[in-house]
Amino acid sequence: MSAVPAIIGLGLVVLGFVFRLHPLRVVAVAMCAAAVAAGVELPALLAIIGEAFRKNRFLVLFVLVLPVIGSLERAGLREQAHAVVLRLQRLTVPRLLVAYLALRQLSAALGLVSLGGQAQTVRPLLAPMAEAAAFATSAAPSAERERLRALCAATDNVALFFGEDLFVAFGAVLLMQGFLAEQGIALEPLHIALWGIPTAACAFSVHALRVSRWRTDSAFDTERR
Amino acid sequence: MMITIQAVYPIIALLIVITALQAALRTGGSGDHNPDTNRWLRVTSRWRETAFWAVLAALFAAADFWPDSITGAGVLLLAVLAPASGVRESVAELRQAGGNRLFIPLLLIPLLTLLGLWWLPQLSWRGQPLVAGAQASLIALAMAALLMWWWVQRQTKTTLVNVMSAGTPLFRAMGWALLLPLMLATLGAVFAKLQIGQAVADGVSAVMPMQVRLAAVLSYGLGMALLTVLMGNAFAAWPIMTAGIGVPILIQQHGAEPASLAAIGMLCGYCGTLLTPMAANYNIVPAALLDLSDRYAVIRAQVATALPLLLCNLALLYWLPFRQVL
Repeated sequence: MSAVPAIIGLGLVVLGFVFRLHPLRVVAVAMCAAAVAAGVELPALLAIIGEAFRKNRFLVLFVLVLPVIGSLERAGLREQAHAVVLRLQRLTVPRLLVAYLALRQLSAALGLVSLGGQAQTVRPLLAPMAEAAAFATSAAPSAERERLRALCAATDNVALFFGEDLFVAFGAVLLMQGFLAEQGIALEPLHIALWGIPTAACAFSVHALRVSRWRTDSAFDTERR
Repeated sequence: MMITIQAVYPIIALLIVITALQAALRTGGSGDHNPDTNRWLRVTSRWRETAFWAVLAALFAAADFWPDSITGAGVLLLAVLAPASGVRESVAELRQAGGNRLFIPLLLIPLLTLLGLWWLPQLSWRGQPLVAGAQASLIALAMAALLMWWWVQRQTKTTLVNVMSAGTPLFRAMGWALLLPLMLATLGAVFAKLQIGQAVADGVSAVMPMQVRLAAVLSYGLGMALLTVLMGNAFAAWPIMTAGIGVPILIQQHGAEPASLAAIGMLCGYCGTLLTPMAANYNIVPAALLDLSDRYAVIRAQVATALPLLLCNLALLYWLPFRQVL
């Protein structure tokens, strides 16, 4: 198979994301262009797209949590998280995020990946708590707030990625074990999982160092100093 | 009888139908946030958003029942209909802090999921397992969430419809971001059919001097990161790079120890996942959920972790698989 459809498809995706065109339209165009270049007929292409959609609908399952989050927020959840943090005078952004990083990474390593998440934890809890710890007044500029919220989301991702791969029954570990077994290399899943520990330690150190360097612009947190 | 994850999709479709209705009625306070001053543009953008949600709901509910090619055509239609941006949430009226009992459902969702994960696979009905083992975690999460709908409805003394429509602002804030993970998984399927990953692996190994160990290690580690950035998924990149470079060159030629090579190679890919908009459910959806104006804000926050970590991984990859066997 020639590399031309590959180059067309990947090239369109990269260009589309770099120039911030509409992501759905970029992906749709790239799929169609690559398929046309490879000589795939339209009905076959539609069937491939439809099958992938049908099988991957589980990716959107997290939306079942949204009615709960929305209802709780209507009842004042974020305000409550804010109020709790204001009572904890010694809770700073670095302390909050390092503690979250450690707990999330450890629980993911034990296979408890559902103990956190962007929809269930970061939006309703972690982000409002971090904002309350960082900004004593509500006058803080929204750019600073957005930067802090993005850091909260990043902390959840880093902790999840470099925690879950230590769990022996995790998909990636089993994928590696199965693939290498097919190549005639027999390994224990535990053996593979343990080799994730050095990187997990590095990930914790690097990210903890970064979040502990968070400094709120002093004009906005004088009350908390 | 077996409970499968398919049972949940009509419920998700119902949530999306409610979202479509709210978009049509323009309730939820987004009207004054509409940037289009032209009345005609305002009307079309409203119906376009409604159509987007309606088609999405139909695909969710019916994908199991009609031919895949109809779903495929619907997915392309969604890409045309999708609004340019999510509907940003209107600034809410100042709310009273609602008391600590609001935290209970947030704790119960993970706990019930864990409980379900442990309990559901043990159930059987007429000698058949009630839940397919591979789907237990998804079904447990769905059941935990649905139980919490009921809990929240009781606690806030409202109707179930009110609970369901409370999620609508979040759906509308996400807009296309909700569909992007699915769309990228679809792109991955098309790329897999076209063997695009193989072309990248072949390209890398064609230009690097593989007899030098450092070059081979860098090709594998950086190749994993790069291919993951392009494909959005380290799981998809790993077999390609490991079959192309890992096994034939690093293990067979240079004598690398497979377990550490495999694990650290995969983790090089994870550094790529932190950097790419292609991993939409981790990097783009949260930006929408947190109402960030820059869709790449989460990736920006991750760059300074991902790059040093990739460097650590490359060093580990050069060292650990080749340490002297004791």
